[in-house]
Amino acid sequence: MSTHDMHNHADAHADGHDHGSVRSYATGFFLSVILTAIPFGLVMAGGLASRMLTVMIVLGMAVAQIVVHMIYFLHMNSKSEKGWTMISLVFTIVVLVIMLSGSVWVMYHMNANMMPMPQGMTGQS
Amino acid sequence: MTSPMQDPNTSFLFGRLTFGALPFHEPILVATFAVVALGGIATVAALTYFRLWGYLWSQWFTTVDHKKIGIMYMILGVVMLLRGFADAIMMRLQQAMAFGGSEGYLPAHHYDQVFTAHGVIMIFFVAMPMVTGLMNYVVPLQIGARDVSFPFLNNFSFWMTVGGAVIVMLSLFIGEFAMTGWLAMPPLSGAEASPGVGVDYYIWGLQIAGVGTTLSGINLLVTIIKMRAPGMTMMKMPIFTWTSLCTNVLIVASFPVLTAVLVLMTLDRYVGTHFFTNDMGGNPMMYVNLIWIWGHPEVYILILPAFGIFSEVTSAFSGKRLFGYTSMVYATVCITILSYLVWLHHFFTMGSGASVNSFFGITTMIISIPTGAKLFNWLFTMYRGRVRFELPMMWTIAFMITFTVGGMTGVLLAVPPADFVLHNSLFLIAHFHNVIIGGVLFGLFAGMNYWFPKAFGFKLDEFWGKISFWFWVAGYWFAFTPLYVLGLMGVTRRMRVFDDPSLQIWFVIAAFGAALIAVGIAAFLIQIAVSIRDRKKNRDVTGDPWQGRTLEWATSSPPADYNFAFTPVVYDIDAWHDMKANGYERPLSGYEAIHMPKNTGAGVIIAGLSVACGFALIWYIWWLAIVSFIGILVVSIGHTFNTKRDFYIPVQTVVDTEARRSKLIESGA
Repeated sequence: MSTHDMHNHADAHADGHDHGSVRSYATGFFLSVILTAIPFGLVMAGGLASRMLTVMIVLGMAVAQIVVHMIYFLHMNSKSEKGWTMISLVFTIVVLVIMLSGSVWVMYHMNANMMPMPQGMTGQS
Repeated sequence: MTSPMQDPNTSFLFGRLTFGALPFHEPILVATFAVVALGGIATVAALTYFRLWGYLWSQWFTTVDHKKIGIMYMILGVVMLLRGFADAIMMRLQQAMAFGGSEGYLPAHHYDQVFTAHGVIMIFFVAMPMVTGLMNYVVPLQIGARDVSFPFLNNFSFWMTVGGAVIVMLSLFIGEFAMTGWLAMPPLSGAEASPGVGVDYYIWGLQIAGVGTTLSGINLLVTIIKMRAPGMTMMKMPIFTWTSLCTNVLIVASFPVLTAVLVLMTLDRYVGTHFFTNDMGGNPMMYVNLIWIWGHPEVYILILPAFGIFSEVTSAFSGKRLFGYTSMVYATVCITILSYLVWLHHFFTMGSGASVNSFFGITTMIISIPTGAKLFNWLFTMYRGRVRFELPMMWTIAFMITFTVGGMTGVLLAVPPADFVLHNSLFLIAHFHNVIIGGVLFGLFAGMNYWFPKAFGFKLDEFWGKISFWFWVAGYWFAFTPLYVLGLMGVTRRMRVFDDPSLQIWFVIAAFGAALIAVGIAAFLIQIAVSIRDRKKNRDVTGDPWQGRTLEWATSSPPADYNFAFTPVVYDIDAWHDMKANGYERPLSGYEAIHMPKNTGAGVIIAGLSVACGFALIWYIWWLAIVSFIGILVVSIGHTFNTKRDFYIPVQTVVDTEARRSKLIESGA
């Protein structure tokens, strides 16, 4: 409830971190290897019939791997640092999604509304 | 485009720096340089004569005390305000003169630099340092902490901000500044259209200062989250601390975007990439998009702390708890998120089409709802309060009136069809000066008048403060109301000469307003001088001159190095008011030695090397850039081996300091 102990610098490291265990590191490593091996194998074997599906699976595995790293290597959970790590993660995701999807949306519309230009003046076709 | 590395016109030793870069042909600059040089020599001579260098170095330049760093930020802000205002009055004079065939007195080359420098300096080196300075000074005191979380980083951040300011100031006398407007939009700022050093000064000045801003954002964010006094839960934090928290969240999340977009532009200019060029797949509109993703949150970075100041002042001078504390917190948090959803309103006219424009128009109008809620909270705080019209409260009321008008013209500009008429006109200029002067600047003046007695132990002079207040407020209205009128008539911004003689009268009125503001600034400087002269008369012996309500007023004025001899325990929102109401007695015994961080010169040295590195990169002096960059690395790594970073203030010093305070309090009683 209070942050009293934070005023004592000597105690500053004893607060609310999850330092992990051999077991959690091993789990994380194992999951990472699987999540890397599947997309690699998929692409090396020539991919699925649907190219779109292959891309989606690879991207999905990448996102899953990010989550695995955050949980097992960065020790993120809803409790550490009184929940602040989770709040900052959510905030980061919100801002990133706004910035990226917003930029793509805005730039796509600008491109679509662009006056037709004579060939050679536009960078993109 | 060939990259500058193979440019045959540069020499090894001096890059592209030649005697031609010194502006001997511009009499205005030569005269300015003479004044600056004489002033500089006089200052250095005085400091040497009074043997103050050692004192400045050991007590101020190398300090890690958040209070001294906060004061130094304020000094930087005031000094740069003078430079930024000099640019402003030059523009006003030029525009009032340049009619009926007259070219005015500023050639285009100079005028374009003046309006660019004015914008850059006022935002990055006046508003930002002053906002950061107040947060630095006040936040640790308000949360009952002894310093910020990373004291060395705080010192380093300050000196990097100074480094950026030095780079921008150097451009006045060595070479030129950007002639692109304050956001340096490509393709105008690209290597083809701006081959000179101006844009490079802009880039490196902002990058160096940006390091400082980002690090100080992280520092204050961690401080607020981790170092609050026991009992101070999030919903018991003073409202200024809340707005500071949100501001620093915005800094941490948005300044990296500015850094990245400037890096991409640097690559375009230095190594010939094509991120923002017109050919080879580049897209200048992407620069506009990215820079406003930083630029709009930046607006709220400046205004949120000002809202916090007004909240503290209104509640203290109405003698009441702030009306609607919870709604104030939620309004602040809403603004923080919404500020990321409105950036496109800066370029409605760039052609995104109806659906995109309406989305961003609506989000922009929505953001005025939490802002309006805040205004009503302040009004209801005053309602039935015993309002004392001291200087901070006067600035607050001037803010409420002025800012409301600015907010309404903002909502008007948020309507995309209206924006198509008003975009890039003087109406826009009037709008954002309306909110930045009427909001941020009035807030800073309220804050300075409010917390000055805390920082120095005596109040600011009231007579000169009132003169400054009335000239500033009247000057603001005289200077910018004509610009609203001109903007509605279709006059665009950044014009140097005019054809239509019927417009001249409005520019003359605006110039008169600028002259009034000049008197306001002069009166502010006199106010400080007079207050220092009469410091005995205006002494604050209690530490609580305004019947304050938050923890910074619980300690002495000025606070001891360690802020609080005992860490306060918090039970209510207005912690100090609560303590006073419950018969708080200052503990007079049981002191302990206090663990404190130690001063270090590493911050000054790294920032100095960064300035050298930036200067070398601007002028293509590659050897100096490499040497100074290696220097930065060596000093940074060397500093990590410095293990003597803390010390204990002995019990006896604490006992003596607190005994002196007891004596002071008795002398006042």
